[in-house]
This record gives sequence, C-alpha cells and structure tokens, in this order.
Amino acid sequence: MSGRLKLSLTRRYRFAASHRLYSSAFSEAENKRLYGKCGNPYGHGHNYVVEVTITGPVDDETGMVANLGELDPFVEREVIEPFDQRYLNEEIAEFREKVPTTENICREIYRRLKGFSAARLEKVRIEETSNNSFEFAGEQGSARDAAR
Amino acid sequence: MIRITRKLEFSAAHFYHNPNFSAEENRRIFGKCNNPHGHGHNYVLEVTVAGEPDPATGMVLDLKELKDILQREVADRMDHRHLNYEVPELAGKIPTCENIAAVIWRLLEPKIMKGRLDRVRVHESADLFAECTAEPNGAGARA
Repeated sequence: MSGRLKLSLTRRYRFAASHRLYSSAFSEAENKRLYGKCGNPYGHGHNYVVEVTITGPVDDETGMVANLGELDPFVEREVIEPFDQRYLNEEIAEFREKVPTTENICREIYRRLKGFSAARLEKVRIEETSNNSFEFAGEQGSARDAAR
Repeated sequence: MIRITRKLEFSAAHFYHNPNFSAEENRRIFGKCNNPHGHGHNYVLEVTVAGEPDPATGMVLDLKELKDILQREVADRMDHRHLNYEVPELAGKIPTCENIAAVIWRLLEPKIMKGRLDRVRVHESADLFAECTAEPNGAGARA
C-alpha cells in the first residue's frame, strides 16, 4: 500500500564568523565556569555549516519543492551576507542582547528564513564544528518529532 | 523501534527540460541544468528501514537482503544510465533529486518485507539532498 509522500530538500551553506560566549547576567566567576574557553574576551571563530530544509509539494512542471535559483539568493541575502566574516556579538543586532550560542544562532537563522515564500521552512541544522551540531524545527518541532 | 540505514552510490547523467516551457523559460528556470547534452552526478542514496528487531536474529532486516534489493531496484536501473532516457519510472518527469527520491520510494516500498521503509535520501552532491518519507496521517491518496 502506498500512501502520500512527503518530500523535502536540504541545502548546505557555509559561513565563517567569530563570537564570544558571555552574559552580563552572570558574575565573572559564573561566566568563567559556564562558558570556559568560549568566554575569551578577544573572541574566537568557527566555520559554520548551515543546513536548510524546506518542504512542500513537488511542482509537476519543474520537479522541484523549490528552485535553488530562488532559495540560494534568499539564504545568501538573509544569512550568509550578514553573518559571513563577522563578529556575531557586535554585528548581528540580536546577539547584542543574546548569547550567540549555536542554539541561539539556529533560532535566529530559522527566524530569518521563515519568510521564504516558495516552500515551507522545516528545519535549520547548524554544524559549529565537525563534532557538534544543533537543529531547530520551530517551537512546535517537526511532525517527525511529534511521532516519537 | 530501530532504524537501520544502508547507503548506495550510483552515477548517472541527466538534464532538466520541460517541453511545456519555451527555450527561454527552460533556460531561466533550470539554468545550467538545462544543457541538452546532459551532465552527471555521483548520487548517494541512503535508505532507512524502521522496525523491531527479530528476537531470534537480532535484526530488523538483514542488511545483505537490503543491499540486494537496492542493487536490483536502484543500481541495476540507474547506475551509469541517462535518467532522462533510460529509466521508465522517470519518463515524463524532470529528474530532480526530489523526483528520484519519490521514484525510489515507490520502487522499494513494496519490496521491504521486514520492517517498513522509513526514509529515502538522495544526495546529488555533498551540499544538496532530497528526502522522501511517508506523510504523517497521509494514508490513502498517492503523492
């Protein structure tokens, strides 16, 4: 028996940026304990990989969930251009107030990409290094999360 | 429930062209992929089967069995082929990774006798993949 299929498309993008994990809500000692090396006042950087997953019906005429000719420039404008080769704490307004952990970067990038009109944004997954990754599928999570 | 995943690589040629579009529209919508001479990819297919392990064998589905199914249903059909001309299941469809994933789902689903097909991922390159799953609560009409 074949039911309805759900198709998604995932595209990987890259940006390199510096950041520092530090919160003025905590004492110096607490910051040191919480963030360790990541609190170095001079900052440090990563080669971030951003995986963007979009979903929706496949257009019969194009065979696509969305045309990369639309998705790529949208992600470039909303995320790569403002984030690449920047100091996130200072140059991204949201991170003047919020600690730029990759959890928060995930949420922020999801918020910026939510407006993509050609398909539904399903998930943003970020690799901060090759050893760790973070993902955010909106506050409700994905249908797959709900099925667990 | 356990999910097991098996990979298969296959290499194939394709190009994107819709006869309903003008030459200019084809170029605008499909860009370089519209080159009528075609181009190719090393596709990486990841197939995930979900189920409970058989208490006697400890397996959801013998990976050897899954490997044979992937060879027969996918590699024998698509490896070193031109997807526009040589794969009847893709006839009349633009061979995007979305459509390839959906076709592979349709081919594999009836062949998986132990566990159930959970996910089909088709990587066209390291930076692009399509994923096909069953629509939750979507039993009934076909995609």
